[in-house]
Amino acid sequence: MFAVFTWLADWLIYEVFGLPAGGRWADALHFFVEDTTKILVLLVVMIYVIALIRASLNVERVRLFLSGRHRVVGYVLGAGFGAITPFCSCSSIPVFLGFISAGIPVGVTMAFLLTSPLINEVAVLLLLGLLGWKFTALYVVVGMSVGMLGGLLLDLWHAERLLQPFAAKAYQQAPNATLGEVARPAMSLAERHAFARGELAEIFGRVWKWVLIGVGLGAALHGFVPQGWLEAHLGQGQWWSVPAAVLLGIPLYSNATGVIPVMESLITKGLPVGTAIAFCMSTVAASLPEFILLKQAMQLKLLGLLFGLLLVSFTLVGWALNLLGPVL
Amino acid sequence: MKEISVLGSGCAKCTKTAELIEETARAMGCEVDVTKQTDPAVIMGYGVMSTPAVVIDGQLVHSGSMPLRAQIEQWLAD
Repeated sequence: MFAVFTWLADWLIYEVFGLPAGGRWADALHFFVEDTTKILVLLVVMIYVIALIRASLNVERVRLFLSGRHRVVGYVLGAGFGAITPFCSCSSIPVFLGFISAGIPVGVTMAFLLTSPLINEVAVLLLLGLLGWKFTALYVVVGMSVGMLGGLLLDLWHAERLLQPFAAKAYQQAPNATLGEVARPAMSLAERHAFARGELAEIFGRVWKWVLIGVGLGAALHGFVPQGWLEAHLGQGQWWSVPAAVLLGIPLYSNATGVIPVMESLITKGLPVGTAIAFCMSTVAASLPEFILLKQAMQLKLLGLLFGLLLVSFTLVGWALNLLGPVL
Repeated sequence: MKEISVLGSGCAKCTKTAELIEETARAMGCEVDVTKQTDPAVIMGYGVMSTPAVVIDGQLVHSGSMPLRAQIEQWLAD
């Protein structure tokens, strides 16, 4: 199914540009052409199709669905909804406060907020296209587990004590809050199409440059880092390579769309799977801008706790997958 | 004169929304006072979970996206 993109890159690089196969530039450019065309086409088709299905799901509905659930069910559902409901990162504060003021436990809310940037339809689709279903399944399971366990721990630590005063007050008053009923008529196909077109324009407009940057970096790695170099320097034997990848990932904040092509290149060059996943997750989930936003609703101590929790869990995940990797 | 607040954390979409409302009002010759509201406690008070959101004279009229020009014209005409 994806052979057409390989063919296109072959034709462009070897015939139109006449570069000799196997050269560094030819390798890098081939990777760039094949991956950008493949990713951009996949994005257009999949964002549209998924938006068509997702049209009637919004955060208000998710909140209504989550409120009053048992906590354990809440973590699973929270992470699940996080995986399928995208929202602009500027909305993370209103979403957080909206959930809290509906009496949804902080842990369940965080399971939703942590999983959302990690796993979204664009990321899953890119992983599928570039690294195959096994890797994709692993990524989704790990991402949701981090979200659920993170939420559980935050509740065990009674994280609601560490909210900013106005947020804590809203949480305590929640039993009296009335949730806005989402009474919307069923959507017609024409309305779904209009929604999907809007989503496509919005998401594509936001991520295309990340695709170019990500694939560009991936192509440079692919063409110019010698085979075996990564394995020798950042392979299994170096226990510190996982925490180092996690720490490196944070300031490199990006969205999943940009990181995945880099991951593809790193893995094909011999970087262990666990190290790559740990790097990807810390780049996507633990961002300074996001934390500065969350500061408005959480006390510094809670932010620190959250940050530490993410670092430790990504590192553990990385180590575990590196050990398991050869089995997969 | 209509009191309009645009609720949001101050990202690009919220800024653009406020600008679009001002521009539309000017074009219609309508007097408005547009303010940007970034205080999370206030946003929570309106029960808004997706931004940008628009409040006109204390009434929430829109949330979750940049409003279309036609929508704004309708709000201002009322």
